Amino acid sequence: MFTLIGNIVRCLFRKPVTRLYPVEVKPAVAGCRGQLHIRIEECIFCGACQRRCPANAITVGKQPKSWTLDPYRCIVCGYCVEVCPKKCLVMRPEHFKP
Amino acid sequence: MQTTATSAFPTRNTVIPFGPQHPVLPEPLQLRLVLEDERVVEALPAIGYCHRGLEKIAEKKDFIQNVYLVERICGICSFMHSLTYCQGIEELMKVDVPSRAKHLRVVWAELHRMHSHLLFLGLVSDAFGFENLFMQLWRVREHILEIMEKTAGARIMLSVCSIGGVRRDLDDGQMAEVLRVLDRVEHELEEILPTLMNDYSVRQRLCGVGLLSPDKAHDLGAVGPTARASGIPMDHRQTGYAAYGDLGGVTPVTETAGDCYARIMIRVRELHQSAEFVRKAIQKIPAGPIAVPVKGNPDGEVLVRMEQPRGELIFYIKGNGTRNLERFRARTPTFANLPALLHMLPGCQLADVPVIILSIDPCISCTER
Amino acid sequence: MLTNVQEITPDRLVGEVALIKGQGCRFVTVTCTDLGEAHDLIYHFDDQGELRHLRLKLPHGATLPSLSGVWFAAVIIENEIQDLFGITVTGMAIDYKGRFLLAESSPKAPFNKLGGIAVDVRVRPPAATEAAAPGGAH
Repeated sequence: MFTLIGNIVRCLFRKPVTRLYPVEVKPAVAGCRGQLHIRIEECIFCGACQRRCPANAITVGKQPKSWTLDPYRCIVCGYCVEVCPKKCLVMRPEHFKP
Repeated sequence: MQTTATSAFPTRNTVIPFGPQHPVLPEPLQLRLVLEDERVVEALPAIGYCHRGLEKIAEKKDFIQNVYLVERICGICSFMHSLTYCQGIEELMKVDVPSRAKHLRVVWAELHRMHSHLLFLGLVSDAFGFENLFMQLWRVREHILEIMEKTAGARIMLSVCSIGGVRRDLDDGQMAEVLRVLDRVEHELEEILPTLMNDYSVRQRLCGVGLLSPDKAHDLGAVGPTARASGIPMDHRQTGYAAYGDLGGVTPVTETAGDCYARIMIRVRELHQSAEFVRKAIQKIPAGPIAVPVKGNPDGEVLVRMEQPRGELIFYIKGNGTRNLERFRARTPTFANLPALLHMLPGCQLADVPVIILSIDPCISCTER
Repeated sequence: MLTNVQEITPDRLVGEVALIKGQGCRFVTVTCTDLGEAHDLIYHFDDQGELRHLRLKLPHGATLPSLSGVWFAAVIIENEIQDLFGITVTGMAIDYKGRFLLAESSPKAPFNKLGGIAVDVRVRPPAATEAAAPGGAH
């Protein structure tokens, strides 16, 4: 009948499990796929990432040279990071701010 | 639709639309309930509120991109979908997956099953009005999500399964942490689950509600925990896909009552079974590569089956020798459980309808794809 | 690979399925594929863990007899096929008349192999990609 009493008493005296979000931000976890970044000076604009992207989030222009990411389309799967021949795409652990 | 539903019954009946927006439904499902006073006489489903045409998009993307696409069929058991898809493509292309990858797949699949079951138990507690239990269970679930973020790089959309293996390896430290988290989860559940299992008010709400006999479950094609709660020992992990064959086989968890309480007990017991599988997989994990390169394009057709948290998941994949698939089709467990749900509802009280709907763990995004 | 497949014609379908049900099988699902000139329907059944299939070639425009008299569970997938492939299924226990998944304004039979539906944005001219294209996954 009173199986949760112990739990309730403990919950009264310990600090909250949740965070007060905008004040306290969860630290980024190493190795987490948060957002895609490019070291643009190493990019050779081959277009491999554009062809492979499952969500068509990346557009690579040859003339003039450009690389654009639509962050609202990106599904942070990391497939482009895998296929990049120059390894200039990196996945950073921080999620981008809303 | 509505006119045919009402005209067949005398005027004393009431038709109420249950959903698509309802406090207990996390996803848009509409049931048109024909009521006689407070008793349900008939239920008709109306879906299509989140049909995304995902099977058609899968024909337009190439077969490697599809791994990330099929993962988004479901927002809860995403890894199961990518695992099933990869197994189907591997069967078509005759790829032999390294043993280490198979064990890692089991680790993530069973972690996914645990978090899915905890999510379900929380939602069902909320549906029968036990909000405290809901918050407690979701707090425990958070540990699993965090360990998935640490090992796979994301909380739900793991994207670690790829054709030919997995994309990430676990080192010894990470494996030890997975085991530590499992112990912690089980320790915390020890305190909460007895309330869910034995509390008087919980039993009053669940026992004897939404009965499904074994014959009817078989006849209506029920799968997964819904069928197992009616005493049908059906669990596709028995076929030994991934590394389940090496881990000593699977004994399906079954209950005999076939009511809402039995369906919840199945999930409670499967939590421990899944934790045991993760431990076994980590214990027996062999060294070696985690993926093999895949050359060529899929050709031919294949039907793969797998046990997802909600039941049997079926993918039909037809390749035509190009990078694009000829046809991709998914039959998700909720789709198979809907006829069983329609059978459970007639005869019950209106107040029991939310609990019965949630007891099959409906996933409408999966159902409509 | 798909094994244990039996070819069948639409007029023998219901009788054959009733036989399969008598053997204690479980109804699994129906898969429909548009082959261009005909629809390829595969009925899947589970016989104590083994799968068996019935394969049906249905020319465009032909009607399909419903299994819902034998197996009520078939009614949901048959309504889905009626919506997505434009096949008329006759004698369903609950007939949504093409409004199960789709609405009045939806494209007709969207899963058939027709040009123009769900065009991949990457094969379009660059100017067209600026508009909201249907090929994006989410």
